[in-house]
Formats: sequence, C-alpha cells, structure tokens
Amino acid sequence: MESGAEARANAPTEIKDVKKRYKAGVLKYRQMGYWVPDYVPKPTDTVCLFRITPQEGVDPVEAAAAVAGESSTATWTVVWTDRLSACDSYRAKAFKVEPVPNTPGQYFAWVAYDIILFEEGSIANMTASLIGNVFSFKPLKAARLEDIQIPPAYVKTFKGPPTGLIVERERLDKFGRPLLGATTKPKLGLSGRNYGRVIYEGLKGGLDFMKDDENINSQPFMHWRDRFLYVMDAVNKASAATGEVKGSYLNVTAGTMEDMYERAEFAKQLGSVIVMIDLVVGWTTIQSMSNWARRNDMILHLHRAGHGTYTRQKNHGVSFRVIAKWLRLAGVDHMHTGTAVGKLEGDPLTVQGYYNVCRDSFTKQDLPRGLFFDQDWCDLKKVMPVASGGIHAGQMHQLIDLFGDDVVLQFGGGTIGHPGGIQAGAVANRVALEAMVKARNEGRDIRTEGPEILRRAARFCSPLQQALDTWGEISFNYTPTDASDYVATPAVAH
Amino acid sequence: MMTNPTGRITQGQFSFLPDLTDAEITAQIEYGLKRGYAWSVEYTDDPHPRNTYWEMFGMPMFDLKDAAGVLLEMNNCRKTFPEHYIRLMAFDSTRNIESIAMSFIVNRPAREPGFALERQESHGRNIRYTVRSYVTDAPEGERGNGKA
Repeated sequence: MESGAEARANAPTEIKDVKKRYKAGVLKYRQMGYWVPDYVPKPTDTVCLFRITPQEGVDPVEAAAAVAGESSTATWTVVWTDRLSACDSYRAKAFKVEPVPNTPGQYFAWVAYDIILFEEGSIANMTASLIGNVFSFKPLKAARLEDIQIPPAYVKTFKGPPTGLIVERERLDKFGRPLLGATTKPKLGLSGRNYGRVIYEGLKGGLDFMKDDENINSQPFMHWRDRFLYVMDAVNKASAATGEVKGSYLNVTAGTMEDMYERAEFAKQLGSVIVMIDLVVGWTTIQSMSNWARRNDMILHLHRAGHGTYTRQKNHGVSFRVIAKWLRLAGVDHMHTGTAVGKLEGDPLTVQGYYNVCRDSFTKQDLPRGLFFDQDWCDLKKVMPVASGGIHAGQMHQLIDLFGDDVVLQFGGGTIGHPGGIQAGAVANRVALEAMVKARNEGRDIRTEGPEILRRAARFCSPLQQALDTWGEISFNYTPTDASDYVATPAVAH
Repeated sequence: MMTNPTGRITQGQFSFLPDLTDAEITAQIEYGLKRGYAWSVEYTDDPHPRNTYWEMFGMPMFDLKDAAGVLLEMNNCRKTFPEHYIRLMAFDSTRNIESIAMSFIVNRPAREPGFALERQESHGRNIRYTVRSYVTDAPEGERGNGKA
C-alpha cells in the first residue's frame, strides 16, 4: 500500500500551462488544480476533513482531489467556460492526504474551501456543496465528512440559537444542575386527554420538562390541537403545584411550513415556553423555525430523528459532530447528542466531543474525542445538549461525570415505567440528581462513590430505592461503531 | 399545604433533599468560591415561579472569598426575615456565561401555601392560565407568609 508521503511524492501536480490545462478532454483532478500540496488555508477558508475509501487501483491523492473537485467547481471534463471566471479561487483545494491509522484502504483528506463558495447564513447552501454530489462519486467506495472547521467570518453570518442555554436557564429559573425530562410513552396511541395525564404526573413529580416523541405529530388517535390543549393544562397545573416553571416540548413538525407555523403559533398562544422540531424537516425549515422562535421568545428543541442513517457508520456519511456544528449555526436551543451509557449508539469520548461542540465558546482540537480542528464560535450562543434513550436513575453518577451540569437528562421509560407510578419515577430521578450534584460539589468522587451516594439518598426516598431495585443493574454494553481513529502524533493534526 | 411529593416549593438545586445544615451549605459556598463565583443572599415573601427579582440582602459579595462570611450574611438574613423564602445565588462573570451558576433555598416559612391556578375560559377551547400566589392577596409587608 502506498503511504501518504509516497502518494504525495508521486502525484502529478497542477498543469500551469493554460493551453494544455484547458484543452478539450479529460484530465486528472489533481492536474486541474484540486490538489495543492503546499496550500496553506486562509483564515477565511472552511476546512473539511474527509475519510475516503478509494476504489481498488484509485490513487488516494487523485481521490482526494476528486472530492475537492466534486464538492466545488469541477465537472468530469475540461470546460472552456472556466476561463470566464476567477476559477482558481473557486476550486476547493485538497492539500493533505494521510492513511487512517490502523485502517487499510482508508485515507484522511483535508480540503479547503474559499469563503465565496457559500451563501451567507445558509446551511442548505453549504451542505449542497460539501455533501452534495460527492458522496455518490464512483471512484470512491465510501466517503465520510469527519469534521469541519468553519471560519469566524462565516460563523458571524449566522444568528445561532434563538435562546441559548444561559438565557434558557434564566427564563426557567433553574441553575447549577442538569435539567430533567422525560418522553411521554407510549409514543403512539394515547388520546390527548390520556397524554396530558402523563405530562402532569411527570412534571408535578419533579421533572422540568416533558417531551413529545419525534413521530408524534397529528395522527388519527390524537389531533395536534387536542394534544397542545391538554398538555398546556397539565404544564400550568404542575407549575402551580410546585412553584417552578415547567415545560413540555410541543412537536410542531408537520407536512408543510404553513402547518408548522400554525402549530407553533398555537403553542405560543397557549403559553408554552418551548416548541420542538425533528431533524428530518431539513435545514431550511430549521433556520426558518429558528427565526420564528427568536421572534416569539420560544426555546427551540431539536430531535435528531434520522441522523443514524448517515452518522453511524464510520466509513460513509457525515459525523454527528459536523451535524452538531451546522445545527448550532442554524440555530436550535436543544439538540439530542447521545447518552454513551444508554440504549443508543455512542462511544463515550466521541459523544463528549458532540457536547463540547454544543457548549464551548472555543472548541480545541481534541483527537480522542474526534475533534480534528480548533473552532472559534465567536460568542455564538450555546446549545443545551439532550441525553435521551435508555437511561435511568442508577446511572446518575455516570451521566453527571460524563456531561456535567449543562445537559437535559431525559428518563422516559425510567420515569413512566417506575413501579410506584409516574410521580414516583420523577421523584426518584430528581432526588438522585440533586443528591449527586450536592455530593460532587462537596468534593466527593462521584465516579467511584456514585452507587453509594445513590444508596444513601434512597434511605430517605423510597421511590429512589424502588428505581434502583428495578433498574440498578441494567446497562447497555455493546462495542460502539463510531470510536475515533487517531494516533496521538501530529500526523493527523491539521 | 402544597400537594406535590415534597409538600413544598421545589425551586433551586436542592429542594428534594432534606434541608441542608449550615455545614452542608458551607461546602456548597466553598465549591462556588473555588470556581470564582460571587455569592448573594436574596429573600422574598412571594415565591411565584416568575417572580424573578427577589429582594437583595445587600449586594453580591464580589470580594468575599471566605465561606464563613457568606454564611454569616445568610444567617443575618434568616434572623431578619425568619418567615421569608431566602436563597443563595452564585454569579459567574465568565464571558459567554455572565449569569447565575448556582441557586438554592436556605430558608422557608413554616407553612407554604403555594399557588392557585386560575383558568380564564376564552374563545373555543382556549384557556388562559394564571398562576397566583395565595400570599399576594395581602399587601406587601402585611403578608405574614402563610401565618393566618
């Protein structure tokens, strides 16, 4: 196998003679100016790191140049019309190729893009280039966008989260601890009235939020208006019963933008503090709903429904860390980022990388967490990450140790499935949470002492004891498919 | 008497735990001081969930780095307002945070009457909700906080 260094040495370079360069016919991408090994990215360039798997016999440098070409200006043949434009600056430039450590056949390729290529404030436009045609390109068996560095000049064309986690906390009057939530179960089939019962019990019992599931929209068993009306009665009743601000993510996802705006307006009219959308609505809808949320003082929750189809497999697709960066720019206040310890896919370090992308003011390169680039967020508001899926009170120490305070911990089954009822389930989670935060602040090592801290708290809280008896031993230990591939040397560092 | 599982207002970081002792409060204050927060003592007779501005018992103690001093201020407030809600709040001035980092209740009235939920029936099935503190029927300064 050819190493990155040999590949670079053997690569034919850009043809500088314009008569040869623009002669009709087919050239190698690397001869057309898409491979520039001495290129130093400008401070206004976007830099992408692709993981590529070239077809047998395809040179990795040519494959990298092809990725640069197909994600910017190239077509399969030379076109004279290039010469009508400042085409050199429009070409994306692959400037480095390295073999992926311990993974034969795969290469990391670094590609730089000039800022003129992307419309200001449009994730749809950026993604149409970066993940548009290129992922179907025949000379590649597979390609994955591993990470992206977005220049401050482009970051500043986005307004980002409409609320941000700091202002969210101020509005909710909840500080210094993770927020607690639960997704209403069963996902499908409850009438509006039955559904509201679950909301009321969970919130009165001690949760901060309840949540519609991603596929609850407006089906025959529960019309959306019915759901919103009953849910808001439950939210307000629970708020009066506890003296706390409470919320329930009303999912306004629908078939058209007009329907989504109508649902969001109704949620606002009923006094909800938060509405919810699904990732499957697409980038343009996400940015439109973000504008709407900003105009209407609304927290915007995003469920990442569908992401696993392209984020999970390491050889092909888009890493969730890239999706998370785009979502922060597009402007959501909450996003699901995984649990690491629950039922859904996630290597703990890789998942922590997603959390950092949501919450950092400046994300530093951190290869074990899959973060290949520094990223300056330019004071863009922070997103509240949401941990949801197969977690329970017995894991509280692990969750707080992994993710800290700025996270919504969502215990759906772990609340509603409690043997003592939904309120008891909520109490168990809230007591476990408060006991763990208190112990951590007192200087206890919760990673090792966590189970003991929970057992002691359960002595004054029988619902917590019941929760530990029911789920204390449940864990989901499967090998993650998406751990970071790196070697701790400058080799893969940009 | 409030009917939620704790029987009391559940605002703040630790309302579901047994009341913190002064030693336990000191440990929390020290945690905040180590992280560079400034502590503040606030009190109110109206703990409505959207009553943001409780009265300040003095200004935030920006230059006080000694937990005992913060505890002393808190206990002065308890002596002055034994039947009020009192909370400790920690402010973090770090850029991009610049907000409250910790908040928990350290004093409550003996009886917590809680809140009424008023439903104003509006057009169609719409309802306008108002959460009303039972104590605010009396004027400020004459509320007695739950004592009839």
